Amino acid sequence: MRKWCLVLLTTLPVLFSLVACGGPPSSNPATSRLDTVKSRGKLICGVSGELPGFSFVSSDGKYAGLDVDVCRAIASAIFDNPDAVEFRNLNAKERFTAVQTGEVDILSRNTSWTLSRDTSVGLEFAPVMFYDGQAIMVKKDSDIKSLADLKGKAICTQTGTTNEQNLGDQMRKLGIPYKPVVFEDINTTFATYAEGRCQGVTSDRSQLLSRRATLPQPQNHIILDAVLSKEPLAPAVANGDSKWFDVVKWSIYTLINAEELGINSKNIAQFANSKDPEVTRFLGKEGNLGEGLGLSNDFAVRIIKNVGNYGEIYDRYLGPKTPFNLPRGQNNLWTKGGLQYSPPFR
Amino acid sequence: MSNNQQSNHPKSNIWRDVRFWRFAGQFLAVFIAAIVVAILWGNLNRNLQQLGIQPGFSFLNSQAAFDIGETLISYAPSDTYSRALLVGFVNSLRVMVAGIILTTIVGITAGIARLSDNWLVRKLALVYVEIFRNTPLLLQLLFWYFAVFLTLPKVENPISLLGFIRLSQNGLELPWIQFSPEFSTLLIGITLYTGAFIAEIVRGGIQSVSRGQWEAAASLGLKPGLAMRLVIFPQALRVIIPPLTSQYLNLAKNSSLAVAIGYPDIYLVASTTFNQTGRAVEVMLLIMTIYLTISLIISLVMNLFNKSVQLKER
Ligand SMILES: N[C@@H](CCC(=O)N[C@@H](CS)C(=O)NCC(=O)O)C(=O)O
Repeated sequence: MRKWCLVLLTTLPVLFSLVACGGPPSSNPATSRLDTVKSRGKLICGVSGELPGFSFVSSDGKYAGLDVDVCRAIASAIFDNPDAVEFRNLNAKERFTAVQTGEVDILSRNTSWTLSRDTSVGLEFAPVMFYDGQAIMVKKDSDIKSLADLKGKAICTQTGTTNEQNLGDQMRKLGIPYKPVVFEDINTTFATYAEGRCQGVTSDRSQLLSRRATLPQPQNHIILDAVLSKEPLAPAVANGDSKWFDVVKWSIYTLINAEELGINSKNIAQFANSKDPEVTRFLGKEGNLGEGLGLSNDFAVRIIKNVGNYGEIYDRYLGPKTPFNLPRGQNNLWTKGGLQYSPPFR
Repeated sequence: MSNNQQSNHPKSNIWRDVRFWRFAGQFLAVFIAAIVVAILWGNLNRNLQQLGIQPGFSFLNSQAAFDIGETLISYAPSDTYSRALLVGFVNSLRVMVAGIILTTIVGITAGIARLSDNWLVRKLALVYVEIFRNTPLLLQLLFWYFAVFLTLPKVENPISLLGFIRLSQNGLELPWIQFSPEFSTLLIGITLYTGAFIAEIVRGGIQSVSRGQWEAAASLGLKPGLAMRLVIFPQALRVIIPPLTSQYLNLAKNSSLAVAIGYPDIYLVASTTFNQTGRAVEVMLLIMTIYLTISLIISLVMNLFNKSVQLKER
């Protein structure tokens, strides 16, 4: 009896190590997510779903917003169909795991590009879709006019955001004691603020504007002028798949470049016979830019036709005709004093 | 004797020995389990490697850089993640310990009240048990938070009770200590929820003591109250303690719902940590270990207590 035990037990680790090392070697070049998406026939896109203007379900039951249109643009580039997208709502905490595990192909969810997210969290950031900064919203009838007035007050915020960290940094720098009250769910965060438990609520300025519109009496809340941080909001994909990353990256540049060239969803037909080599190359009449990306050569046409250029998207969700009426500011083209700039399509 | 056996079955065929097959069966089970774990682990490592992430716990020593609203031990955002997690752990313990004490009091009271001779008391206890036992805890917590604490008056004009207790949106304030609305909500929530289950356990326990014991106590001249305390309840404890232990365990684990109402317990701090560092696997392993340890300690203590009240067989 003893002897069998011994024999069996000694074989155990041997067999075990055989199994443990038996998997495919990690250097095995994995298939790109681009191929996965193509064979699946649709894109899976992680969004917030709770932010009017960026990602929300509009009255006709469809997802809409700036973040949403990024995914529609990519789906257009691949499938020539802006609706070949499945959206997944992710809160601030869930979002990175969803990318890491491959549950979503892309995260397009007002996510700030930071060094540690780019490195240790294992993400790769596409071009910035919205340059933002953190701000604090308070009740109009409170006598809080500046950060210093928040001394000893409670400030609500959401866990897993840069906002949670920046708030700590700024208040520490200014030596203002305060009490953070941190929630996982954005609706709880803003409900708690609205009920008066917190005297202030902090987030990216655009998100405060967006959520203010959903509060019972938007006009009773003001956003303080102080800018607490830089929040470059950019879509992200998982590290280590440059083919897929390129598709995402250049789909976004397409939006910006189209605006720069003055091409939009309405006038694109007129550019079909353009003699401008920059335009013909961009629209795939000449050259083979699409091939390099693993897309069809007219990918830019597909994107512009289906979702428009960057300016059109911006105006559609955040422009003067919307409740937000956000000036372009830093999000204008570089030629107009903003930061939006696309590398050359050649 | 053993020599005898040896000679009876000289080098008997190993394949026909039932003990061998029993052992081989167990071996196979362990082996399959090990293979599954190995495959999962290998898969995890490969995937992390592809993302360029080195698994490990060294991130615990880097700066946490986030603030925690409630701390019993000193903490600043410049401290490490391990310190932040410790703060969360202490916060969890605080609510668990207070919760277990309070829920025991509530549960025993309600359990005894369920058997009261007084109709009103009996019915009130019944209503309490049925409401709290039959609605989800998360819902109850949100109710206490939004419908009770956050509808209290602002900090500037609190409700004053007995002259020294002040109730406001800022929570419950006594001259020497302050409880935030988040802590108070969580404590009240898990106390009343678990208390409803304990009440039923206590009632069942008391009813399991035979009527003869009541009669015997009465014939000794004990009043009902004393009979309960000295004769019935100690015997009921034997039946009560094992299920009571599971309720304590439930309370400890349910305290992780703190995340819904913003109380910075270990789970909330861990969530923030894994979000900032991207260390989902490591952090999950860590908090699983922590909850497991807490649960095992509760079980251990309760088992010792259980031993001390069981019938001593002589
Ligand atoms: N840009 C910041 C903040 C992003 C963020 O999650 N903001 C909150 C607003 S307070 C949000 O959008 N929540 C939506 C949700 O959880 O669905 C970051 O990347 O950390």
